[in-house]
Formats: sequence, C-alpha cells, structure tokens
Amino acid sequence: MDSAALLAELPRLRRYARALVGDRMAADDLVQDTLERAWSRLDRWRPGSDLRTWLFAIMHNLRIDQMRRPTVECIPIDEDAHLLPVRASQSDRIELDNLAAALARLPEEQRAVLLLISLEEMSYAEVAATLGIPLGTVMSRLSRGREHLRQILAGDTASPRLRVVR
Amino acid sequence: MNAPVTDSELNAFLDGELTPARRAEVELWLAGHPEALVRLEHFLAQREALHRLFDPVLDEPLPEALREAAQAPVRSAGWWRRQPWAQIAAGLLVACVGAAGGWFARDRQVATAPIAAVSVPLPRQAAVAHAVFSPDVKRPVEIRAEQEDQLVTWLSRRLGSPVRPPHLGTLGFELIGGRLLPGNSGPVAQFMYHDGAGQRLTLYVSTENSGKRDTAFRFAQEGPVNVFYWIDGAFGYALSAGIPKDELAKVATEVHAQLERR
Repeated sequence: MDSAALLAELPRLRRYARALVGDRMAADDLVQDTLERAWSRLDRWRPGSDLRTWLFAIMHNLRIDQMRRPTVECIPIDEDAHLLPVRASQSDRIELDNLAAALARLPEEQRAVLLLISLEEMSYAEVAATLGIPLGTVMSRLSRGREHLRQILAGDTASPRLRVVR
Repeated sequence: MNAPVTDSELNAFLDGELTPARRAEVELWLAGHPEALVRLEHFLAQREALHRLFDPVLDEPLPEALREAAQAPVRSAGWWRRQPWAQIAAGLLVACVGAAGGWFARDRQVATAPIAAVSVPLPRQAAVAHAVFSPDVKRPVEIRAEQEDQLVTWLSRRLGSPVRPPHLGTLGFELIGGRLLPGNSGPVAQFMYHDGAGQRLTLYVSTENSGKRDTAFRFAQEGPVNVFYWIDGAFGYALSAGIPKDELAKVATEVHAQLERR
C-alpha cells in the first residue's frame, strides 16, 4: 500500500461514506479516520490483496464503533411493520431528495449492504468479506433493504408502526 | 422450470450473480410474473438513482485534510503508540513536526506556528532523550566508556565548553558512554550509565543557558521518567531515570558535588 494507491481510492471511499452517513462533514471525518487507521495497521495489510475491500472493511469497523458509542436514544424499528403490501409505483424515476431521506430511514446494516452492491458495485462475495458476514446474510439484507427502500419511497410507511387493520 | 424463484434470486438476477442457466430460467419466469418484473424495474431505478445522487461526490475536489491523511505518516501510528516514551514525546513532536509541515492534518493552528517559537524546557528535552536512547540495547551511545578520553575531547569541542562525565561507581552506576544531540539551538551532550540490574540513567548537559540564573535542584516527572535538573552558569544539567525520586536525588547530589569540585 502506498500513498498513491490510497489517494486513488479516496473518491469512492468518500462517496460511500456520504451515502452511508448522510452528513458531509461526518462522512469525511469517517474517511479521515479510515485513512489514519489504515496507516496504523499497515502491518496487517497483505500485499497483493484488494486494497479497496480492506479500506471499506476498516471503515465499516470504525462505523460500528461509532454506532456503539452512546449518542441519542434510538427508537427500535420493527422491520416487518414496513412490509405492507403496496401497489407498485408506476413511475420508475426516483426523486433524489426522497431517495436521500428514504435511505436515512433504512436500518444501517441494510443500507450498508445495499450501497456496497448498488452504488459501489461490489460482488456479494466482496461484500461478505468487507462486512465480515456470511454470504446468506448479505443476500437477505440486500433483498430486505431494497424492498424496504421501495416501500418507503412508495410513501406507504408514513408511520413505521402502521399496521393493516382488517 | 425447476425451483421457484425466491426474492434473493430476483436480486441476484439484477446483480449478475446467477449462473447463466439459472439466469435463463428466471428470465422465463419473469415473463409470467409481471408484478415481480415491476419490482425488478424499481430496484434498477434505485440503483440508477443512487448513482445520480452520489456520483457527483466522485468529482468533488478532495479536502486537503484527506489528501494529507492519505500520505504516509513519518512512522506508522501503531509503531508510535507502542513506544513507552510516546506519551512524553508526543507533545514535543506535535510542536516540532507539526510546525515543520503539518503531520497531524487537523492541527492547523499548530502547523502555522513558526518553528523558532518552539523552545522545549530542559527537563522535557532530557526526558525525551532518555526515553529514546536508554532502551536501545545495541547502540545506546555513540562513543563508549572504553574511549572516555575521546568522548570527552569530542563533546567538549562540539559544545564549546569542557564537559566530562562524573563517576558514579560509588552509587553503583557505571558509565556506558555518551552521545551528541541537538538541543533548542545547538548541540547538547548525553552521558549514559547503568547499574548491575541494567537500570539506565542519563545525564543531559546543555550549554544553552547563557543569561539565565542559577537554580537549585528541581524535580520533574515526564511520564515514567523522573528528572532532576539544575542550571549552573551556562550549563544546564538534567539527570533522568525510571527510578524512584529519592534514589535519583542521591545520584543528583553526587553529580552536583563532582561538578562543583572541578
């Protein structure tokens, strides 16, 4: 690993961090922490392995540390409550403002998998290696995440606790 | 048509993760399941919209802090933190290296401080020098005690004043040798001693104290290193070791006494 290789990965690290975290400053802070940790763990870098996967994995671990730190109280979301039967939207053009807001409402673990695949275009195996989870978990989080995002965008989940009443 | 198409397979179809055979089967299946096709199209639209929303980040100019963080640090931080003297030296290095070129990208204020303003107090200089060189097993000194005459001549010439290591054998400390070091504005000398247990002690001699008044013994603690220091005319002395304060005081008294006799 050298500075030039690291510099080449920076734009993608920033793009992913921005999509994952939302806030620009917080995202760049996460990237900076990732770079610092990468240098400090240079001894664990195996030459010839995929630098990008390694960096994304470092960022993922930092993000987990961040999330574990007590901050504002989070309201647990009942994931299944989102899965209401909805009529498919006829328009496949997604408004970008809506997308950013909808993305922020996804559980972090679904958002991470969805972004690594849809935005970063990693293979399922690369995502599994990056996040340190089994391939099956990658696939289930991906399909839940995409479906979840679709329903949020369809606007049928104004209240996360909404249930169908017969 | 074999197994039914699962949700995961629908996604895998989209992401190109299916075998060609299964891919063909899913294509056929989709023809008979328009609601699945609509969802698939929506997922494609998600992907396309994510790129529209976030790809502009790729073209943003990189923030300077990130450019700097991508450069290799002088030493890797992991190596740095493992050193026992890192704690003491940290402040010193932030001041010096930060001023020299901004090692820590976030310390912008530090980075703009002119280097001339950085003057490190004697006990701290001595403690850092002690912490850096005393753990060195192979090359703790530049000239060993066996060539004491050479050591004295060389250091005296470089410092511009006669310097000679005191003999501390009565206290159980034997001279290992000495070295020349950079001080705040010129050369300083360091003599190193050890006792039978391998405990090391260093005497730091600086000649940079013109204009300052003499002082009595002063004590400072820099992390794990205890330091006794005093100023005598142009000379500043600092005795550093990782030994208890009262033990170190005895050595300091002896060093001071020997220097007085000269």
